[in-house]
Amino acid sequence: MSTDTPSIAARSIRALRDNAVILIVLAILLLWLKLYVPVFFSPANALGLALSISLTGMVACTMLFCLASGDFDLSVGSVVAASGVLCAVVIGATGSIALGVAAGILGGFVVGLLNGTLISVIGVNALIATLGTMQIARGLAFLVSRGEAVAIPVERFFALGSGHWLGVPVPVWVTAASFLVFGFLLGKTTFGPNTLAIGGNREAARLAGIPVTRVKVTIFALQGMMAGFAGVVLASRAHSGQPNTSQDLALDVISACVLGGVSLSGGVGSMGGVIIGVLIMGTVQNVMSLRNVPTFYQYIARGSILLAAVMFDQYRRRAAARSAAAGHKG
Amino acid sequence: MVRSDPQAADGAYVECLSVTKRFPGVVALDGVDLRVRQGSCHALLGENGAGKSTLLKILCGALAPDSGQIRLGGVSRRFLSTADAIEAGVAVIHQELNLAPEMTVAENLFLGHLPTRFGLLDRRALHRATGEELAFLEEDIRPTARVGDLPVAQRQMVEIAKALVWDAQVLAFDEPTSSLSSREVQKLFSIIGDLRERGRAIIYVSHRMAEIAEVCDSGTVFRDGKVVAAFPDLSRVTTDEIVSRMVGRPIRDIYHYRPREPGGAALAVRGMMGRGLAEPVDLEVRRGEIVCLFGLLGAGRTELLKLIYGASRATSGTIEIHGVPVRVSGPPAALRWGIAFCPEDRKREGVVPQRSVRENVNLSARRRLAPWGLLRPAREQANAEAKARDLDIRAASLDQLVGTLSGGNQQKVMLGRSLSQDVKVLLLDEPTRGIDVGAKSEMYRIIAELADRGIAMLITSSELPEVLGIADRVLVIRGGRIVVSVDRQSATEEGLLRLALPTSDAGDRGGH
Repeated sequence: MSTDTPSIAARSIRALRDNAVILIVLAILLLWLKLYVPVFFSPANALGLALSISLTGMVACTMLFCLASGDFDLSVGSVVAASGVLCAVVIGATGSIALGVAAGILGGFVVGLLNGTLISVIGVNALIATLGTMQIARGLAFLVSRGEAVAIPVERFFALGSGHWLGVPVPVWVTAASFLVFGFLLGKTTFGPNTLAIGGNREAARLAGIPVTRVKVTIFALQGMMAGFAGVVLASRAHSGQPNTSQDLALDVISACVLGGVSLSGGVGSMGGVIIGVLIMGTVQNVMSLRNVPTFYQYIARGSILLAAVMFDQYRRRAAARSAAAGHKG
Repeated sequence: MVRSDPQAADGAYVECLSVTKRFPGVVALDGVDLRVRQGSCHALLGENGAGKSTLLKILCGALAPDSGQIRLGGVSRRFLSTADAIEAGVAVIHQELNLAPEMTVAENLFLGHLPTRFGLLDRRALHRATGEELAFLEEDIRPTARVGDLPVAQRQMVEIAKALVWDAQVLAFDEPTSSLSSREVQKLFSIIGDLRERGRAIIYVSHRMAEIAEVCDSGTVFRDGKVVAAFPDLSRVTTDEIVSRMVGRPIRDIYHYRPREPGGAALAVRGMMGRGLAEPVDLEVRRGEIVCLFGLLGAGRTELLKLIYGASRATSGTIEIHGVPVRVSGPPAALRWGIAFCPEDRKREGVVPQRSVRENVNLSARRRLAPWGLLRPAREQANAEAKARDLDIRAASLDQLVGTLSGGNQQKVMLGRSLSQDVKVLLLDEPTRGIDVGAKSEMYRIIAELADRGIAMLITSSELPEVLGIADRVLVIRGGRIVVSVDRQSATEEGLLRLALPTSDAGDRGGH
């Protein structure tokens, strides 16, 4: 029995070990890039890459909690679009940036609350529930925008998406802050272990006195708010609310999380892993763009990465099951 | 179906000769010998990890031995797969039954050699043959029933029938009674008796010593992968002797019971009513008192504990803790009032297998360990360490994943979780189910210590020796009502069992 409190060093080593495989994949990827795509490492491209992963990164923060609790949320892409449109419409009507931003976040919150209620109070399967709200949110985005981009007349608002601070785009700062905040929630507050316990064994968590329904609804509400906020930032970058944006966002985000070691069956996940997963997904897309790979191939590549990530997840669970079996054979 | 065999009843039919099996880091079986005659029921005894399961796996072809020989009826056999073993007439009735739940009873029985006519499935012949097979088991099972719809006991019967269809000469039962009620157990034993008369060799694995004494005539004791004793005639040895051989040291009193003077009422339940109960329940448990709730499977034991804990909704009833009326709206409220609960089904309801010992132990105590919802690593570590030490949780470290622990240690992790807050009333649902004798004895010691500390204990059990061994008082529950409260002094096995059995006239006048 270990007797001392795990030190920061020990915990870092454990985090490294847990993510060893995926870190090696990232290292090989970077080495290959260093040799064959040197332009990848130019400061301009690095910033471009960081900016391009900001949307996936923000949404991945809360998707981590969804997956760790044993569910997932397919509606995030539609929420991003709907919140962007809503934000644009409200700013256009009132001229107030604050109201627009609030409306975008609130819209996401409402969808998230609906998701959480459907799934954990009524007991609808997460796939069906979020597939439903995904369609509804997308439909609302088209309806409100009449199917076209809604231009935003207040220029000051664009600072959120297109501004720079210390030479780094604001969305990158926002993403970094999200990583910190949700990493803190996962690792330093009871919300983290409670989420993981629910994903690991929902009934055991309930009997251990964890308010399962409340935690689940909170997770989905946070997911909705985060997607709503990401939609607002995206609208600011695009100078308009785009009703047809981010169609594949949910799958990109889930792929990134699974690549980062979050178990699809719940109970396992870390923020460090998710950041690495997001980086890998972003790097691959960035490189394909740099090398002018046609979009059609990019779809195939992304699908392959998703499948590889899921198979890797399977493999890891089998290995865990094997070591569990070796633990108490008789 | 009975096959007359030249190998008469005196020689052993199943012979394992110095079988050895190594896994990375452990020798699971070390030169093991086993001999089982036809018409005999042979017990494999030993704690978890002693090597019984490994031997069963070798017998049924799921594992290949590194060295040694398996002989059936004097003929040396090598099984490369389970199909080989079935072909040679060896069938293992597993804990997790190997049936296809979506298929019918008949299809399961004849899977692999379904009767055909002109290349098409001949359902009439199939159902007729199935009826014949099931008739022997005197079990009222329709051949067309979907296996997934049958209760566990009947599924087990189907599994046995399947072994007979395959003409198995050797039937190995791996913990066959763990999900059966007493009546179903008796039924199973009479079938095993019939199988013996038909000259089958039976191998029987169980942790329940009372059962082994009842159904087995010979036995082999394993410890750490070796055979430490072989008893050709079990009727000549006492249970204590067998258990001492299993754990490797003499066991005098596995129950650790000592008389103690209970204090005032710790838990008082009045008019509790809800699903699974037939009438409102009143009960009282005093400080430091161990009360066992004894009843058959389905009598409402688990349901009653879950109602008290608030895990299922009560339609009426009040609860007092140390004389103070409390409202238990759910598990969080129960824990706040000092009521803790350890469920029976560790895998499904108890532990979070992919999280560490530390996290599992601390799961219920975050109100105390993590003020304002902020985790304090030092407090988490201290609490988990203290519980691991007090309860002697055997893990490589507090970081070990709970799913990799043995059943007994998982049980201790659950108990450690319950004890991580100020607990006044502890509800334990079958705390020793499926754990080995050594771990059971430890669990009894812990239960006695907790009672000494003044905790009121309400424990369900379906094992009579255990109930008589640990309880200060026994509540018998039958058909959703508590029929009687019996003091330790006046409790006997026959008396309790008669009260618990669902007959019309037994003991409804009981009361106290």
